[in-house]
Amino acid sequence: MDIPALIIEILSWASIVTGSFLMVVSGIGMLRFPDFWSRTHAASVGDSGGMILLILGMCLQSGLTLITVKLIIMGIFLIITGPTATHAVANAALVTGWRPKTAEDLEPEQGVPYSDLPEPTVRGQ
Amino acid sequence: MRTILSALALFGLWLLMSGIYKPLVVGLGAASAVFAVYMVRRMDRVDQDHLKIPLNPFHFIAYGIWLLWEVVKSNVTVTKLILAPHLNLRQHLFRVPNTQKSELAEVIFANSITLTPGTITVETEGDAFWVHAVSYDEGDHEALADMDRRVTSIETGAA
Repeated sequence: MDIPALIIEILSWASIVTGSFLMVVSGIGMLRFPDFWSRTHAASVGDSGGMILLILGMCLQSGLTLITVKLIIMGIFLIITGPTATHAVANAALVTGWRPKTAEDLEPEQGVPYSDLPEPTVRGQ
Repeated sequence: MRTILSALALFGLWLLMSGIYKPLVVGLGAASAVFAVYMVRRMDRVDQDHLKIPLNPFHFIAYGIWLLWEVVKSNVTVTKLILAPHLNLRQHLFRVPNTQKSELAEVIFANSITLTPGTITVETEGDAFWVHAVSYDEGDHEALADMDRRVTSIETGAA
């Protein structure tokens, strides 16, 4: 195996392994974190870093082919839809009245009068 | 002119997706590209809803690279948080003012906040977002204001 191919192989597997590691971390976080709001953050680790690294690794594996083009297009769509879906879930939680916990040393009033938040309502009725 | 360009772009995309270059298949692809553009033109006459993209492409790419680096940094932060022996969460919900003019740039800012692990845009109201952070500290306000300035600067028409 010549040197450039070897370097690409190493980079590719490094990003696939790191991406998989982030996915596992994201799963651990979803189990370890105590409530809905923090779990959303744990899920977003796999959603951003894990996804990007896995796609990057697979791109390097497939080289300059049509598969790489498809992977890049997939990545762009996931970068747009992932946060949008996360926002939709978090927003749905907020409007149905789930208030995030605040750490003991943070007053809810510090920057956030929770009363300014939208009232818990079911929209679209 | 725009019609021909969009038909060509659609056909190019179709070629990239397909990967089978037999005359019949390519012909079907070309026909569907032309048909799609024809349909879009017909619909345009009805709804007159033109999409404008008020962004500077070069600044946008520079911002994308900067954002990727931010994603890397915050991934490391949240990974440490998850794997720490003692969970040390400081959850907080706070207001982040935004200064973008166009809706598209606002969406880019909100999605950038959500894309970086550790912060989620929860609600929008007029000229501010409600952002939830999993390990809040006072520096977050400054960091998000910096991101806000960067998104605003990729808009065209912005000084």
